Amino acid sequence: MTTVIIRTTARILAPFIQLFGLYVIVHGPISPGGGFQGGVIVGASLILLALSYDLASAEARAGHAIRIAMDSTGSLLFAGIGLLSLLAGGVFMDYGIIPLPLPAAQVRALMILLIGMAIGVHIMALVSTLFLHMAEDHE
Amino acid sequence: MENAPILVVMAPFIGAYLIPLLGLWWERYCYWVAAAATGLSVLFSLTLVGSVLAQGTIYYTVGGWEPPWGIELVVDPLSAFMCLVVSLVSLLAGAYSRSYIKKELPEGKATSYYTMMLLLTGGLLGVSVTGDLFNLFVMTEIFSVAAYALVPMMGRKGSFLASYRYLILASIGTSLLLLGTGYLYMVTGTLNMADLAARLPVAYAYHPWVVLAALAFFLVAFGVKSALFPLHAWLPDVYTVAPAPVAVLSTLVTKVGAYSLIRVLFSVFGMPLITGAIPVAPALSWMAAAAILAGSVVALQQSDIMRMLAYSSVAHIGYVMLGIGLAVQLGLTGGILHILSHALAKGCLFLCAGAVMYRAGIRRIDDFRGLGYRMPLTMAAFTLAAASIAGIPPTVGFMSKFYLALGAMETGSWVLVAVIVAGSLLTALVYLRVILLMYFGAREGPQLKEEPPLGMLVPIVTLALACAVLGIFVRVPLSLVGPGVRVLLGM
Amino acid sequence: MSDLVIPGNVPYFISVALLLIGLYAMVARRNLIKKIMGLNILSTSVFLFLIAVADKRGGAPPITVPGVDLYVNPLPHTLVLTGIVVALALTSFALVLVIKIYQEHGTLDADRLMKL
Repeated sequence: MTTVIIRTTARILAPFIQLFGLYVIVHGPISPGGGFQGGVIVGASLILLALSYDLASAEARAGHAIRIAMDSTGSLLFAGIGLLSLLAGGVFMDYGIIPLPLPAAQVRALMILLIGMAIGVHIMALVSTLFLHMAEDHE
Repeated sequence: MENAPILVVMAPFIGAYLIPLLGLWWERYCYWVAAAATGLSVLFSLTLVGSVLAQGTIYYTVGGWEPPWGIELVVDPLSAFMCLVVSLVSLLAGAYSRSYIKKELPEGKATSYYTMMLLLTGGLLGVSVTGDLFNLFVMTEIFSVAAYALVPMMGRKGSFLASYRYLILASIGTSLLLLGTGYLYMVTGTLNMADLAARLPVAYAYHPWVVLAALAFFLVAFGVKSALFPLHAWLPDVYTVAPAPVAVLSTLVTKVGAYSLIRVLFSVFGMPLITGAIPVAPALSWMAAAAILAGSVVALQQSDIMRMLAYSSVAHIGYVMLGIGLAVQLGLTGGILHILSHALAKGCLFLCAGAVMYRAGIRRIDDFRGLGYRMPLTMAAFTLAAASIAGIPPTVGFMSKFYLALGAMETGSWVLVAVIVAGSLLTALVYLRVILLMYFGAREGPQLKEEPPLGMLVPIVTLALACAVLGIFVRVPLSLVGPGVRVLLGM
Repeated sequence: MSDLVIPGNVPYFISVALLLIGLYAMVARRNLIKKIMGLNILSTSVFLFLIAVADKRGGAPPITVPGVDLYVNPLPHTLVLTGIVVALALTSFALVLVIKIYQEHGTLDADRLMKL
């Protein structure tokens, strides 16, 4: 039951929703929000497309393999930053001491941004996979 | 290896994130990643045991944030003991899974099976090493969700319903766990366990009802997780429909539930509060006594082997809880030793039952007739593990029940001693029925030797031998349990 | 008793009411999806409780701004955030289970399912 009005609105809205999601992710370290919230917003835009068009077109934009790959990569990146700080001689997740040619405070800020983005990618893939998987199962 | 406390948890988690990626292209390597990750956990657990024995309790701050602000991992002898038990049994269950899931699981499930298995193991290890109440909640949820997902893997009839019931019951428990954590945070302003233990007596003086409500929430939450008698309703269905290695992991889930209860009762609330202010510990031991008797009696009536083992698990969680409830050194030693002996023996029994289903397709106990000649090694292992569960010397099961009985005598409650002995006799009856059928039941038809494949036989035999060897050399586990109990009781 | 009923305590009363509503729905409702709704209400009540614990009268959001020195406690907020993630995982998995149960048994009525 999708009309041309719904489809057009969804098509126009989707990029803005995704942009807002990205904004929430990258502003996570300095404002309310962060990887999870932003990831959910971006993932919701994909769900909107699946609802207003059909499953196949959402699947065409982000296939199963791509979503699983993004899901794993996001979490591995998060764990990887934790392990990097181990290798740099600190404790787990003490990412301030990762040796980069920057002041320690900036390294911390950079790494927390990276972590936020990793979580964002992970959650985005996860939320859309949850929905698409359930919907496919139901058909 | 000063980073072992975090690495023991991260090894399975990183493995769990790698497997879906790998499963997209090379599904057959998933098993090896899972084996490597759990194997690494075993190595790190051994490291932890070594350093705990050498230098006492290890403290590790995650992210370099000092406690009480950051998350602290605290590994005392008891945590190291739990890590070793959990990672070793998970490794054996994982090794067993390789041949098992090829036949029993639907096509294409291997990737998600190993992912969930590693998440479960990682969550259990995370609970074992954490020193932070909120982190305990998070890790509990991680292994719970993985457990709900593993139960219906085989797609047996009714398995989704069993998983759903498990989910609903257990999430009431975990919601209350979070609420209880919130209550304690409200009156103390901290989530770190050591910090909480220091501040709770004062908080109790000002807000006794808040602290007691939190204690009640924790009791219900961990009671559901560990399937303590009136809260065990989820367990029989789950064990009956789950794949055999998952049933083994589920016994670990109940053990870790009991461990969390020990942590919260002794390391957070402390002895004066749980025995003096409100008699939680005695109440716990009476509930445990009811569990021992009821579980064993119901196990006697079962006709399905998995269901029988499940009710027997309810009874044996009762033994662990009895040890906690006695709250004296000998009793607690027995209870914690029973975590080990029951994990080994019940793990072996579940794997044997799985092997019988794998080879002969038998679930009903009446069909076990003559099986002792068809699968001699498997059934010998079954008998040895059953002897340990029933508490026949010189197995480790005897040692743990012996310590429990000593503890009960020390507190002077002879009724509990009688319950321990009666429970042992009932358990012996439960398993004797199966063993007699196996070896003395009339043999029909051609008797072929059909042992399970080597990958399944090795874990079974290892667990069975461990039951006997650790019983003879009971000093080995006691060298960890003893100091662990002394730390808990503040001696 | 009357000193308990002050404006600052209202969130706690609501939280307890929600807790009981959620528990009732999980225990007494027969429809499996309504039980999941009950689970969500239950976890929301816990979140409300934690947020109420964190609140301070006149406190600013916990982001450092020059000139502001009264912030609400940020720690319970992180607990709530983690709790929301957990609730998302639980809800979605429970819904998948409900779909599977419906495919297998053709009903979502708990009483009828128990009789099977």
